[in-house]
Amino acid sequence: MNTTENIRAQFPILNKQINNNALVYFDNAATVQKPKQVIEAIENYYYNSNANIHRGVHTLSRVATELFEQSRKTIASFFNVKNSQQIIFTSGTTDGLNTLVQSLSKSVLQKNSEIILSTYEHHSNILPWQLWAQHNNGKLKIIPLKENHSLDLEKLEQLITPNTKIISIAHVSNTLGLITNIEKVKEIAKKYNLIIVLDGAQSAPHMKIDLENLDVDFFVCSAHKMYGPTGIGILYMSEKWLQELPVSKVGGGTIKTVSFEKTEYEQGALRFEPGTPNISGAIGFAEAIKFTNIVGITSIYKHELDLVNYAQKQLNELPEVIQYGVSKEKAGVISFNVKNQHPFDVGSLLDKYGIAVRTGHHCTQPLMKVLNTQGTIRASFAIYNTKQELNYFIEKLKKVITMLK
Amino acid sequence: MNIEEIEKEIIEEFELFGDNWEEKYEHIIDMGKNLPKIADENKTDKNIITGCQSRVWLNTELKNGKMIFTADSDAIITKGMVAIIVRVFNNQTPQDISNAQLNFINVIGLKEHLSPTRANGLLSMIRRMKQDAKNLMNGSNNNN
Repeated sequence: MNTTENIRAQFPILNKQINNNALVYFDNAATVQKPKQVIEAIENYYYNSNANIHRGVHTLSRVATELFEQSRKTIASFFNVKNSQQIIFTSGTTDGLNTLVQSLSKSVLQKNSEIILSTYEHHSNILPWQLWAQHNNGKLKIIPLKENHSLDLEKLEQLITPNTKIISIAHVSNTLGLITNIEKVKEIAKKYNLIIVLDGAQSAPHMKIDLENLDVDFFVCSAHKMYGPTGIGILYMSEKWLQELPVSKVGGGTIKTVSFEKTEYEQGALRFEPGTPNISGAIGFAEAIKFTNIVGITSIYKHELDLVNYAQKQLNELPEVIQYGVSKEKAGVISFNVKNQHPFDVGSLLDKYGIAVRTGHHCTQPLMKVLNTQGTIRASFAIYNTKQELNYFIEKLKKVITMLK
Repeated sequence: MNIEEIEKEIIEEFELFGDNWEEKYEHIIDMGKNLPKIADENKTDKNIITGCQSRVWLNTELKNGKMIFTADSDAIITKGMVAIIVRVFNNQTPQDISNAQLNFINVIGLKEHLSPTRANGLLSMIRRMKQDAKNLMNGSNNNN
């Protein structure tokens, strides 16, 4: 039975007391807590199967290789990707985007190329492109927001010029929880033959993502926001790019033959995975996917959406609160401020009650500028959060508002 | 009063709250509201101390061999903490400020505010105050 109580029992850290209060963990968009299956899978790997992969003839190396490649398959199947080679292990979303920009700069991107991003990108989907643009006379074009803080995709088409090559966009805003209408983005991208890079860091933990049907060029996400360990993520690429994308990072494990004159590279995912990979991380990631499959990603979405709508409704009743990006369809995140109060003060006092929220700019400073605020308070939910926790949060938020008056 | 005497006074003040952190924080917030405000013309880029989450403005002057601080912050809890430090350091000599250990912050249970991860600019503010004190001491030595 997948009752919230049963699910909570699988997360040892949720029993912790913080400042003499039961922990209420609402910082899941930063990183989510891990179920004990994931912790045990990592431990078990080091106890029983640790060896380097893809090169040894000995038994342990074969076992470790098998576990690693099986993990790739589990993850591929979760995203409905038939060829698991299209799943490249990275150290996370940031690494995936950096690697990708480097590789694209060796093929598609030329001097004066233009890249389209959105106002609500987190810094990881801005800085690698910006760094490239600074050295190559490139340009970043930004999709603006509508009044309700969702993306104004009506304005997307007018940003496109003959130099536009790529649209790199957040599937879900980490600060607001709003979901990008990717079908609309695709429709325009296909019309102009643009490459789509989909940043799934905040969508993959909450929503069913079918990469086969989504049909984007690239997709990145991080395991640690999906009940998996830190330090591992994936870069998915379409079949076409798996064949054509140049490598940007090289080293052991990526090659067939090497001489000082010439190197012949591996085919498939290995071509993009130099050095000893994060083997235990991949195994932990796959275990997290198994956990998600048992609970069901659609149940996760529904549970979190219930919490979001409940929270939005409760906050709406507090006259001192300003909410950002309110919507009936969101992926597990609410963002707000208390009028005339600094988010730091509200967050510090909530922490005293054992409530973990994020305050500040959430690594989206350009978005903060558009919202005309220094920062916001963000509460983000996971499958183990409850309405009781939300009631406690609202009760304490009211107390905090009184204290700060 | 010297720095140690003021520290003792603050410790006694906070002892009244016992384990009641809510009252303690209400007191800090009140102190923040009563902090003698830095003059607007002194809210310059030179006087800003940037933490990741909240900002502090600090102006230092020397009058009759004693240091005078005025300050502000955009977050009220940070401002309250700033007020406590200013209360301890105001009208003290550069020498005493430079040597101060500020152990009382630990005693009154507010040490977490000095943790670098709080990113509230407070730690940087204390460093700046002590640096200003050292600079003044060195400056006066040079004049000799």
